[in-house]
Amino acid sequence: MNSVANTLADPTPGGDALPAKLRIKNLKFFYGATLALKGIDLNLYDKHVTAFIGPSGCGKSTLLRVLNRMYDLYPNQRAEGQVLLDGDNLLDPRLDINLLRARVGMVFQKPTPFPMTIYENIAFGIRLYEKLPKSEMDGRVETALKGAALWNEVKDKLHTSGLGLSGGQQQRLCIARTVAIKPEVILFDEPCSALDPISTAKVEELIDELSATYTIAIVTHNMQQAARVSDYTAFMYLGELIEFGPTNAIFTSPKNQRTQEYITGRFG
Amino acid sequence: MTDHIAKAYDRDLEALGRKIAEMGGIAEKMLADAIDALVNLDADLGRATAAVDQRLDTLQREVEEAAILTIARRQPMAVDLREIVAAIRVSGDLERVGDLAKNIARRAVRLAHEPRLPRAMIGLRHMGELAALHLKEVLDAYAQRDIDAAREVWLRDQELDSLDDSVFRDLLTFMMEDPRNITFCTHLLFCSKNIERVGDHATNIAETVHYLVTGENMPLDRPKGGQSTIDGGEPLP
Repeated sequence: MNSVANTLADPTPGGDALPAKLRIKNLKFFYGATLALKGIDLNLYDKHVTAFIGPSGCGKSTLLRVLNRMYDLYPNQRAEGQVLLDGDNLLDPRLDINLLRARVGMVFQKPTPFPMTIYENIAFGIRLYEKLPKSEMDGRVETALKGAALWNEVKDKLHTSGLGLSGGQQQRLCIARTVAIKPEVILFDEPCSALDPISTAKVEELIDELSATYTIAIVTHNMQQAARVSDYTAFMYLGELIEFGPTNAIFTSPKNQRTQEYITGRFG
Repeated sequence: MTDHIAKAYDRDLEALGRKIAEMGGIAEKMLADAIDALVNLDADLGRATAAVDQRLDTLQREVEEAAILTIARRQPMAVDLREIVAAIRVSGDLERVGDLAKNIARRAVRLAHEPRLPRAMIGLRHMGELAALHLKEVLDAYAQRDIDAAREVWLRDQELDSLDDSVFRDLLTFMMEDPRNITFCTHLLFCSKNIERVGDHATNIAETVHYLVTGENMPLDRPKGGQSTIDGGEPLP
């Protein structure tokens, strides 16, 4: 595949002027003996949204899991290569995982609020990293909920259970929880796949707002969503990066035949 | 290109393609008939040609509706999106070609009893044939997705511009010779301009073919051939 060679030679087509927050270099990932990522080279640009698309099993979620070492939980899984966050290699085994996850937050497919109050859902994460007096903590919780566009809906019931919220609100609560610890990068793994269209629109609007402050990576099966929310799009197939470029170009005139066939619904 | 997973999507796009092909056929015939009616002073053919335009208008509406429905239903991407945008654009151009041909046909009816035929009529016939050729070639290029053939048409539009220019000068001379010529010469000036505009629509279609196939637009500065102006000033756009 020619375009893969091109991508390897120039992982930042048309984007050299942008500062890269994350530099992924020759990243390989193994589930036991199975090679799931076959040498990925890619940059995530600072304060921009990068979408990962591709058929099931192409490695896009795996790639996201590598970016905050989620795979560390599983003994048979390992990564090779480099993932540089502002120059620090995230794959370095000596790296403090907790500090890494404070820098790289993640929001999952299904909302995962803790079985505690809305307030505590946010405060819990902050306490892991900082000791704050109550007044300051209140402020941080409010800022996080405002940042996730949830404040107006929950400000009068902060001390009720987070599980009582709707699916869309729960997802925004998880985003608030992520934002509360002031990460640098936020990873979204299909954040809207369990949400109704209105909640989806709210999360998309939120991603747009968050991109002014954070570097964002989003995995989505919804091509229109990728086209709407991202600045850059990476198309992956069978563990390889097939095409990477500005979203506008990928969805109107992709260079690679496979990208074209996938996004137009001809295979996948 | 392989088929879509959803077969109905392919059927929608094919139906759109067939409608454009039908529109192209009608527009080509209307133009040829309008020119024939004009140069042969055939009022009956003129009337019959003008009446066909309605079918073209109906088809254009159908293309637009089908395209909008497909966008709403399928949220097309990449080449499919370009295909649908191209269908909307080309159908618009063909509908305009129909209007221009109708206008020529109506003027042919008005001029049918005109005994004084200027030499410019030969130029008009030549222009008409050339415009019809450009239209045919660009529609073939569209059907074949052939960007080289489309580019050929795009580059040759200046021939029509130059001819329009020369017809314009001929008619001007004829009008200056005898003011009684002014009325029908004015009709012919409009006919010349209309044919030249058909050429512009052929060029638009060529640009659409290029966009459809490559995803990129052609340069804005298309070569222009016509230079004459009434007052000798800068050429008009």
